[in-house]
Parts: sequence; structure tokens; C-alpha cells
Amino acid sequence: MTTTTLAIPSLDLDPFSDEFLTDPYPGHEQMREAGPVVYLPRYDTYALARYHEVHTALTNWHALHSSSGVGLSNFRYEKPWRPPSLVLEADPPRHDAPRSVLAKILGPRALRRLREQWFAAAENLVDEVLQSPEFDGVADIAHRFPLQVFPDALGVSPEGREHLLPYGDFTFNAFGPKNHLVQRGEPDIAEHIAWVGAQCARDQLDDNGFGSSIHAAADRGDITAQQAPLLVRSLIAAGVDTTVHGLGAVLYAFSTHPDQWAALRRQPQLARMAFDEAVRLISPVQTFFRTTTADVEISGSIVPDGKKVLMFLSSANRDPRRWDDPDRFDLGRDPSGHVGFGMGIHQCVGQHVARLEAEAVLTALVARVERLEPAGEPVVHLNNTLRGFSSLPLRVRTV
Amino acid sequence: MTTTPLRLAPPATGTDLRLRVASKDVVADGVVLVRLTHPDELRLPDWSPGAHIDIILPDGTARQYSLCGDRDDCASYSIGVLREVDGRGGSAYIHDELTVGDLVEVGGPRNNFRVVPSESYTFIAGGIGITPILAMIQQAEEVGADWRLLYGGRQRSSMAFLDRLAQYGRRVAICPQDECGLLDLASFTSGLSADARVYACGPAPLLAALERIAADWPPGMLRTERFVADEMPPPVRSTAFELELARSGQVVTVEPDASVLDALAAVGHPILSSCRRGLCGTCETAVLAGEIDHRDTILDDAERSAGDCMMTCVSRASSDRLVLDL
Repeated sequence: MTTTTLAIPSLDLDPFSDEFLTDPYPGHEQMREAGPVVYLPRYDTYALARYHEVHTALTNWHALHSSSGVGLSNFRYEKPWRPPSLVLEADPPRHDAPRSVLAKILGPRALRRLREQWFAAAENLVDEVLQSPEFDGVADIAHRFPLQVFPDALGVSPEGREHLLPYGDFTFNAFGPKNHLVQRGEPDIAEHIAWVGAQCARDQLDDNGFGSSIHAAADRGDITAQQAPLLVRSLIAAGVDTTVHGLGAVLYAFSTHPDQWAALRRQPQLARMAFDEAVRLISPVQTFFRTTTADVEISGSIVPDGKKVLMFLSSANRDPRRWDDPDRFDLGRDPSGHVGFGMGIHQCVGQHVARLEAEAVLTALVARVERLEPAGEPVVHLNNTLRGFSSLPLRVRTV
Repeated sequence: MTTTPLRLAPPATGTDLRLRVASKDVVADGVVLVRLTHPDELRLPDWSPGAHIDIILPDGTARQYSLCGDRDDCASYSIGVLREVDGRGGSAYIHDELTVGDLVEVGGPRNNFRVVPSESYTFIAGGIGITPILAMIQQAEEVGADWRLLYGGRQRSSMAFLDRLAQYGRRVAICPQDECGLLDLASFTSGLSADARVYACGPAPLLAALERIAADWPPGMLRTERFVADEMPPPVRSTAFELELARSGQVVTVEPDASVLDALAAVGHPILSSCRRGLCGTCETAVLAGEIDHRDTILDDAERSAGDCMMTCVSRASSDRLVLDL
């Protein structure tokens, strides 16, 4: 049988350069327009930037493995910097049991008991922040709220939580190349790893949190006792920075689209929808890699076996082939189907946690804030995988 | 060497999964193996060993069948169906009427019989209960776990998949009742370490006997699945039903061809969703009253029977009205 295969265009882009990370949108467009699959020779990597290809790649775990690493490093040839994650860096069948345990612990039904508590915590925080008409959306809200409620829900001790953000930031940087962003974190990473490792043990976690539920799942035999601490580590690594940047994203989106804040004022029940629309627009997790398990045909092009495939979630979420007026933050849009949380068997298992955090904060804010606007230029926080802000000056007019 | 590259098939989405009967073969006395594929060659929803699908019969009722095929084949589902002489007509329909090329509505897959990690598995199958175990064996081989199978049936000719099991040699004990008598469960399960996991599927008396033996085992060591055939599945409505939104009192009609999600969006009450196939749980909504026709793959049997929430992208009502906490 002979088949014609499409040649794969090659682009000399560095998606991990400071320039690209600061403003990724021109690069995204260049890749989307170049073709369904684009070769990036600098990293010997095949990039997918269109919605259809990213969505399809995310759901085809047989052909595109995660166990060879979801960063640039190929675990077929290189030793991972840490023991691989049991969920993120695993494929079926080993992925099944840990994933199913986490999905239950972090599922909507399990989160209902946190709802009142988190809404009250958000109201308290917002009351405090709104004592001043100007504040920093990142330092005063996006950093503080997840760092309070999430480690509490996890059952991590209050001491040492300053390790959480740098640990997460390093983990997400480490999915990229060993550039200055990774090097910047290296001197201190050992102490963060040590603290995080210590928190994962059963006797360090309080009895009512997600962490102890993970150990309880090991008691029932749903996972092994050896797997439990590594699964706790997954929540610590993936549950903080992502929601910090998610909250920053939704505050940024509203501050730059005042008509949409007015729409939320009219319909506060759109808070959840608004958060997902912001996750679509900003995509706090920009990229993940997969590795081909054989020669794989993607939209008519052949990607050879054992190669890294880089999925641009953020570009898919702004692909005009899928979204009308994709750069606009629009509560009237149905963002369902965006790939900001991924898709398929690895779709973010903590997405319901993130949504509940965002709903709590937005609900508290929208009740008291009539206008929300920028009070200065936001500062982009550079990370090889994440997109977010290190500073987001905001000005509000309260009700 | 020439190899065909793996093709990335787009996944099947939408609320209905109608699959084509790609093949149907008799694999033992009274047992057919049915292979189902998507008419547009789309990728089927993922499953894991122990999972089952619903086959929706022409009268709208559902029957559950364990998936027994190769999980790495994302383009087809395989089920083994025993003709149940005193059944309620589901197996007779599949045996006598369903033919290659037909389209059949499928629900799921769902998994209430998940394989947990272990170095050592003991599998016990009675009759058609072999079907989920086949997928589990393939997985045990893949991860390099130690495993054994005790497989009983009335007589050799009624026991399906003996050919597939032959390759495993002494790991497998085949015990037709007319040759070996009742299964010797006690000796097959003696001396197991506490880390071993025992998976059993078969008729109720077999499982009851096993549960007596396992009474003093550590929790979670024995994992069983009963044939669900004697549970009455909920009727699936073909007519419209109503939603009452408890917080506003608004009443919304859901037409037979619309999802709850669509109906809510149409009256200005959009609910966030993601996969739209009952897989991710994003559109879960609390239900205060009414009977739910659960059609998702997230809730297990206990959560379904609690009846306090639904996935609005695929699940529907079996009563005239559902009261939602919206």
C-alpha cells in the first residue's frame, strides 16, 4: 500500500525563549498557519498548534505516551529529575488505579463539603482586600486564596507552605529545556523537594484532608501503600501554581473587559463559566509534551517513533478554526471543549477544585465590586509551561 | 520492514453512541462474541479492564455486558454474550436478531470492577463470568504480575475462550463441572499473601461461597462482580420530560432529541460542560427530586441509586419531572 504523506514544515521558533513566553500569540499563529504539524528543529520536536490536532492528540494515549515524560526530556533516553508522577507521567494500565482514586477524592460530590467553607474564606479575604481601592490581583488574591484553602483541604501543616509555590514553579519549568528559568530554580530545589517529600507521609497529614483520603485508599487496597505518598506529591505539585495562575487569569480578563464584569454583575451564576472562559483565553497551562509510541500519522503527516510531540493547549484554545473571535473574553460564549484542562484520560483531575476556588473568589468579589479596572501594567511571570502574572495592579469601585 | 503508522482517530463525541456490529461469532455452546465499531471509524471512549457497556434493546431497556477485548484497540468493543434460557430477552435478541452491519445503541463504558495494583492476582471465573477476567489477564501479563485463573463451567463445550487461554499453560486451571465437579475454591485460594488480589465473576452461589472463604481476609483483597442481569435497569423514556429549577421555580421541557444541558442553555441557564459524553463530571448538577436515567460513565452503582446528582450532558429522566438545585 502506498500513501501520500504531507511534508512537515519546519520553523525556527524557540517556544521557551523569554520573548516567546512573554508574548506567545504571534508564534502560535505562525505555527497554526504553517500546518497541522510543525517541526521545531531546535528541540527535535513536533508541534501541534491547531485545536483539532491538539484535541485529537490529547485523547489518543495509545499512540502518544505520557510515561516517556510530558516535558521535553525523553525518559526513554534520559533519567527523570524526580521519580515520575503516577498520574501525569504514566499510561494505562498503571495510570488507571491512581487516577481513579484521585478522581473520586477530588470529584464534585466530595467537594460539596468544602463549598460553604471556601465561600466564607473568599468573603473574608475579599473584605480585607477591598479596604483599599487599589490592590495587586496576584499578590493579594491569586496567591493568597489558593495558598490558604488548598493546603488546608489537602491537610498539609501550616508551617513551611512558602515551599509550595517555588516547588510547583520549578516542576512546571522542568517540563521545558534546561534554560535560565530552570537554572534559576536549581540552587534551592533540593530543600523544596525535601519539605514536599516530608509532607506526603501519612503522619504529616491531618485526618480529614485529601492527603489522608489518599492513604485511606491504600488501606482499602485501591492503590499500594508505596503509591500513596507519590499521589499526595502530585496534588502538592499540580494544585497550587495552576490555580494561582488561573485566578490571576480570570482577574486579568475581567479587568481588561469591563463590559464582561458588568455582565457578571447582572448574572453572578456565570462565575464558573467565566473562569473556564478565562482558562480558555489565557491557558494557565500552555503546553504539554507526549512521545510517539510508533510511527504516528497526524492529519496526513507522519511523526516518527520515539519523537517528542508538543501540544500547544493555549494555541488550540485560540484557534480561529474552532472559536469565533478567539482573542475576546466573552461570557456569552460557551467555552466547553477548551483544552486548558487537557482532555481525555489525563484531563486535569483537580479541575473541579480549581473551579470551586474561582467561583468562591468571583462570587465574593462580584457582590461588592461594581467596577474592576487595571491600575498599571501587569507583569508576566515567565515559566516554561505556565502562563500567569507576577503582578496585576487593579483598581476597584465598590458597591 | 513495513509497518502501518498509527492513525490518530478523532474521538466519538455527542450524547449517543451508535455502533455497528462488525462481527458476530459463536465461540462456545450458547455464547457469541460480538465486535462493535463506530460507523465513522471514530475512536471509542476509553475503558479499563472490568468495565462494561450497556446494550440498548429495541424496547429501550439496557443490558450490561463486560468488555472482553483488547483495550489497546481503541476502534472496537468486544462483548461475549451467553444465551440465557430464562432471561428477559436481551441475550435472545443479540443471539437471534442482531446481525453484522446492524447499528446498536451503546451506553457507557462504566467500571464498577476496577483492577487495583498488585504483584499477584488470583482470578476466578464461572461460566460467562470469564469475560471481564479476560481483559484483566491481558493487563496482568502486560505489567508482569504473577497471576492464576480458575475457570469453571457446566461442560467444556459451553466454556468460551478456552482457545485464547491455552497460551497461558499452567497459569490456567480449566474445570468443567461434568469432569471435575464443583470448583475447589478453598484450596485454590489457600496460602495467598495479604498483598494478593482475588477477582471473581460468576453466578451468585459461586461468589457467595467465595465470600464465606474470604470472611477473614484483609479488606479489599477479594473483589467480585455479580452478573447484573437480574437487576432491572431503569426504563429509558422516549418522550419529553420536565425540569424544575428549584431556586427560580422555572420549568423547562426537555424534548426527546435534546439533552438536559441543551434544554437549560436554550432557556438562558447554561451549565458548564467539557467532554459532553458523561466522562469528565464537569456538568454534574444536584438533583432534589425525580427519578434519574443515568447514562454517564462516572457514577458507580451506589452513587447512581443515591439519585442526588446527574451529569446533564447525557443523563435524562425516567420520571415525568426532575427538580434540579439550580
